[in-house]
Amino acid sequence: MKTLLYALALSTALTVPAMARPVTLTTNMNSYGGDGAYLALYVTDAQGAYQGSLWMAGGKSKYYTHLSDWYRATQGNPAEINGITGASVGAGRQLKITLDLADALFDAGYELHIDVSAEDMRDSPSEVVVSLTTQGAGQPVPGRRYIRDFTYDM
Amino acid sequence: MLRTLHKIPGLIAALLIVVIALSGTFLSVFPALEVAQAPAQSETDLTVATLADRVVLAYPGVEQIRRAPSGQITAFYFDGGRPGAMVIDPATGQGVENYEPSAIQRWMTNLHRSLFLDDAGRLTAAAGAASLLVLSLSGLMLTARRVGGWRRIFSRLRGPLLGRLHVELARLTVVGLLLSSTTALFMTASTFGLVPEDGDPPAFPTEVSGQTGAVPGAISLLRDTPVAALRELTFPYPVDSTDVFTLKTASGAGYLDQGTGVTLVWMNHGLWQRVTETIYMLHTGHGAAWLGILLGLMALGAPVMAGTGVILWVQARRTRPRIKSNTAAGQADTILLVGSEGGSTWGFAATLHLALTQAGQKVHTGAMSQFTPSRYKRAQRVIVLAATYGEGSAPASANGFLDRLAALPQAPEIPLAVLGFGDRQFPEFCGYVADVKRVADEKGWSQLLPMATVDRQSPQEFARWGRDLGQALNHPLELSHSPATPHSHVLTLISRRDYGAKVQAPAAILRFAIPNAGLLARLTGHEFSRFSAGDLLGIIPEGSTVPRFYSLASGYSDGFVEICVSRHPSGLCSGQLLDLTPGQSVQGFVRRNFDFRIASNTKPVILIGAGTGIGPLAGFARGNHPGRPMHLYFGARHPNSDLFYGEELQNWQADGRLTSVTTAFSRTSARAYVQDALRADSARVVRLIGEGAQVLVCGGRDMAAGVVDTLADILAPAGLTPDLLKTEGRYVEDTY
Repeated sequence: MKTLLYALALSTALTVPAMARPVTLTTNMNSYGGDGAYLALYVTDAQGAYQGSLWMAGGKSKYYTHLSDWYRATQGNPAEINGITGASVGAGRQLKITLDLADALFDAGYELHIDVSAEDMRDSPSEVVVSLTTQGAGQPVPGRRYIRDFTYDM
Repeated sequence: MLRTLHKIPGLIAALLIVVIALSGTFLSVFPALEVAQAPAQSETDLTVATLADRVVLAYPGVEQIRRAPSGQITAFYFDGGRPGAMVIDPATGQGVENYEPSAIQRWMTNLHRSLFLDDAGRLTAAAGAASLLVLSLSGLMLTARRVGGWRRIFSRLRGPLLGRLHVELARLTVVGLLLSSTTALFMTASTFGLVPEDGDPPAFPTEVSGQTGAVPGAISLLRDTPVAALRELTFPYPVDSTDVFTLKTASGAGYLDQGTGVTLVWMNHGLWQRVTETIYMLHTGHGAAWLGILLGLMALGAPVMAGTGVILWVQARRTRPRIKSNTAAGQADTILLVGSEGGSTWGFAATLHLALTQAGQKVHTGAMSQFTPSRYKRAQRVIVLAATYGEGSAPASANGFLDRLAALPQAPEIPLAVLGFGDRQFPEFCGYVADVKRVADEKGWSQLLPMATVDRQSPQEFARWGRDLGQALNHPLELSHSPATPHSHVLTLISRRDYGAKVQAPAAILRFAIPNAGLLARLTGHEFSRFSAGDLLGIIPEGSTVPRFYSLASGYSDGFVEICVSRHPSGLCSGQLLDLTPGQSVQGFVRRNFDFRIASNTKPVILIGAGTGIGPLAGFARGNHPGRPMHLYFGARHPNSDLFYGEELQNWQADGRLTSVTTAFSRTSARAYVQDALRADSARVVRLIGEGAQVLVCGGRDMAAGVVDTLADILAPAGLTPDLLKTEGRYVEDTY
């Protein structure tokens, strides 16, 4: 799918360009038998405290409340996803994005979360929660309901 | 204007509306199906607390319980890491079947709202809904205009079947179409964020007790909430002590502590949320299943109306000549208004339009019903060309003209010219045009030139009026118009039966074969029209271009074309017809005569005719089903000379197609007319009319006037008049 090169403004401490590297995030969806799903990809620290968003798949902000963990952390603030929003992802399809992520995000206890929601179906907050480590790169992680597997590659 | 507003979106959006309406009807069934299939809730006072306890017992890994507007309760749970969803029987908390959203419903929903094209499709579908709304409103206004006002919007319709079907369906379904289209537009606006929302859902509580383990049955808010009010109950994550119960009900939403069970945050739904939910319910039928079915059935009217509407448009285009280079009303210096019933006056208007345009004028030609003087900003003159419909009433394209003229505070300052079209054989020759002239005079509307008339489409009279008009406009104006006659066919005589020789009034029943149409004629719509008894057969005699009309004594299904003709002393056409021998032929065509028809019900029918007026009445009798009472009163000169259809009348009486036949002969010792027969039988006539009988009269004008007078006398004691019956469509005449 889309490959986007993106400099992420997580926080000044984490995005010094010299200490960043391109990371590809690949999400494969199940054939869950519904319309296109909204996905929020974001990072928390080890305590679960929200740090910043990586990607929002789905364009209509009125449905963001269904991405309930992300929404709880951000109150739906559009500034959090300004410029990192794309189309929703259909059943059985793949979402692939490439971002420049700060080295300091890895092996420091940070976790990547994916909230998923599809129309008229059960909301699935934190469907995927995966620790960001250099060893974990390239290892597919299964989702609970809508996501077949998720992989980050460096 | 109104007609354009109805026509243009109709033609463009017809296909789109068909798709949206049919898919909508399909979808309307689902809410009712869901209600029928959902396990019934027998305990009326069941609370969310009790229900949740039962579900937790059956599915320890439950994460959410949902209640649909249909009453269907669904539990979502994890069992050994695998997600599951079951439809729950509220009485036990046990699942009855796997919850699987219908794929066909989802597919149809996507077709219905977005044509599978996402946002672009949503906007297209919304444009379809908007067209449907415009069509419903403009159609309602057109109907009101056609029947003569809002109070008569449900009155009986006249005219061709297709037009009636279109309007009947509209009256039946317009309420549903208005509701469905407005709610559709609201929902689209809501999807695109154009409808105000009440703001964010309640903020997640910043502080929780940190304890876990409260069972639903112990939480007071859940104990106070009936299941009927439940929308969703979401359980806390099993391992997250900072998480909470999330409850959404019909009235609001909030968070409950998973340790203490206290309500941490609660917010009632705002006004806009309730408005949005209500509109969703009205549109989808989710929560109002029977309304949904009703709306779905009404939506079925839309595709049929799209079909009939397009056919009506094509038909109207065929009968009207194309007016080339028609200027907009606001730009034109000459406004040409046309009042036409069958379409021939439009032909004259087109000739005048062309001649005036060639003389350098900017001409706007439109129907008289579109009369709006305020739009004629640059106009120097108004010219009205109008025929007369029936006995002095407005022709179809002039509906409402007189009312609008009468309602003007003052007459337009620019002068008016009026030209009437008619047939001097009729007593109300140009009766409607005379009314137009009278009202214009009362308003003090100045005249460009004196009112004139054109008899039987005479090109000479039209040309003469054109020269007068040219004089008034200070430039020569030559109008050479050859009336367009309908596509005529060769009619070959099969047989003839002669009458009346003994009384020096030769007449005959002529039977022609129905012309065979070639494939090309059929494809181009030029085949011999279908016809019913009572329609008119136009015969174009040799040496003339103007057709003469005869009432048909047979229907298409009889398999032949039959008329009853008597020889007029100096008649060109009747003479040629009566000189025909079997095998010879004439040129002819059908003109439908929709007002002279047997009503489609089972009430009695009274047929009254004299002389050759028996023709269509015999046709009605031939086509009657035994069982429907049909009484014929027939006046002739002498039983041995002109008792048309004498043999058939006996047969039809014997097989029940005619209940009674009463004859009156003027040249026997009785010297009786058909009026006398009616008077002698007045008790039965009054009784039949009291039972709702329809009266059909065919014959000479004097006879018809005599019948009206006689029936007025007979019916007076019952408090009825022929005029009253005419307004109900129960007294129709075909006179000559």
